[in-house]
Amino acid sequence: MRRFVLGVYALLIVVPLVVIVGGSFKTTPELFASPFGLPKSPTLDNYTTVLAKQDMLGVLGNSLFVVSISVPVTLLLGSLVAFAVARLPRWPSRILFAIFAAGLAVPAQAVMIPQYVQFERLGLRNSLTGLILVNIVVTLPVAVFILAGFMRTLPAELYEAAELDGAGPWASYRRIAVPVSYPSLAATAIFLIVMHWNDLLYPLLFIDDPDKRTLPLALLDFQGEYLTEYPLLFTGVVVASLPMVLAYAFLQRHFVAGITAGAVKG
Amino acid sequence: MTSLRTRGTLFLFAVPALILYGGFFLLPAVQGLRYATTDWDGYSSTFNDVGLSNLTDVVSDDDLFRNALTNNLKFLLAVVVGQTALALLLAVLLAARSRASTALRALFFLPTVLSSVSVAFIWKFVYDPNFGLANSLLGAVGLDRFQSAYLGDEATAILWVAVAQVWFHAGQMMVIYIAGINQIPPELYEAAKTDGAGRWQQFRHVTWPMVAPATALVIAYTTLQSFKAFDLILGLAGNPPRSGLDVLATRIYTTFANSQLGYAAAESVIFMIAIAAVTLLQNRAARMVHG
Repeated sequence: MRRFVLGVYALLIVVPLVVIVGGSFKTTPELFASPFGLPKSPTLDNYTTVLAKQDMLGVLGNSLFVVSISVPVTLLLGSLVAFAVARLPRWPSRILFAIFAAGLAVPAQAVMIPQYVQFERLGLRNSLTGLILVNIVVTLPVAVFILAGFMRTLPAELYEAAELDGAGPWASYRRIAVPVSYPSLAATAIFLIVMHWNDLLYPLLFIDDPDKRTLPLALLDFQGEYLTEYPLLFTGVVVASLPMVLAYAFLQRHFVAGITAGAVKG
Repeated sequence: MTSLRTRGTLFLFAVPALILYGGFFLLPAVQGLRYATTDWDGYSSTFNDVGLSNLTDVVSDDDLFRNALTNNLKFLLAVVVGQTALALLLAVLLAARSRASTALRALFFLPTVLSSVSVAFIWKFVYDPNFGLANSLLGAVGLDRFQSAYLGDEATAILWVAVAQVWFHAGQMMVIYIAGINQIPPELYEAAKTDGAGRWQQFRHVTWPMVAPATALVIAYTTLQSFKAFDLILGLAGNPPRSGLDVLATRIYTTFANSQLGYAAAESVIFMIAIAAVTLLQNRAARMVHG
């Protein structure tokens, strides 16, 4: 019974993924005729179309650019707040923490409209800079929550010992808090990477210029263009997902810890 | 005790984050309340103050909004029940450490790292009425009468999206349950076995009550996720979605895209209130169940 249930669910996960990857090497008629079979004469046409005609490499570059800035900045700002939360006396610490925790209860969909107006006025709409900025502010609460949760559990003596030597909080942040919080920082980083990489809402709202699209937005545009040309849609899925799936394969434990920490706290 | 000077420095640590988060998240959240009382279209230089009429219209006189709310609640209920039950079942089956269970856990978690749009495209093909996986499989095993139009069927479309959402996130919730189950002291199971409890009774009297905190967490998170199911719906249904697939987040976006910014801001306010109300109800229910 146990084996049966697990086996069925494993098939439910594996079969669609295999069909997608296989389908990206098929023509549309072949996919419809035999969705489950291996591609008989594998074609790279879909990949040529997706990478060249749709400029997916450019889109991939945009996504990489956004994530490579938004994630480190969120981590830096979030860990500084978390350190202050861990070190400040009771009440100031609670207030600071509550300000950020309030953001956890507000879904992006509830603030996206005034944000649109604000970013438009500041000339930050339709720019990757604006996208980076909005990613940072929307995920700061989660980052603070996870990191403060960790840093608060560290004994105060650990910090005080560093500060007794005449070093200020900055030194104890850099030499103690950051190295000791490494696992928590790694988990937060992965959570942020997955969030920022996969986000569709803000690119959809902010980006008009095709040259500035990120992966999820470019992928959504496929839908209008290719409708039921599934092999092309599948190729887009493979290209957009491969970086995350590869990273997951190598850093599996960090992924599980990070995404679950984000879920628990987000 | 930290000195005043140290406190001052610590406060400075938080300043950059406070400025960005305050300026680009909290401030717009408050401005949203202001826009909600206007008829602004989003680009004209002038607009009128309409007081609370947007809000009262959203609540009492808007079939589109009510339809989206109904769909969202159906979706919420289906996902919360389906995902929680499935995640718990998988966690119970995989809680014991072994090579096979580690591999299966990794596999079940995998969909979580995909983007919503990718998951949407996968399920778009599963559900395709003519060429899709679901109908092909049913046809192949002679169960043609169960073939369906899935997303094309207005009445049940949102429930098929719920299935995709469960596939997407059940692995993530499974991990939370496994952590909960592994914290249960083994002695409790030993004691239950001594009392002659079978596997179902062990689950009923040991596992289920002991994972109550995990259940509360899973339900709370799943609820928030169900309200945010924006990407998945747009990927499956196209933009804007048909009425059978419209949920609150997509409704707000569509209203906004139709140049009714003030009205969309009012919908956002009601959206927040709906989330708060559901969360409150759940907390109450949790307290009633667990004392």
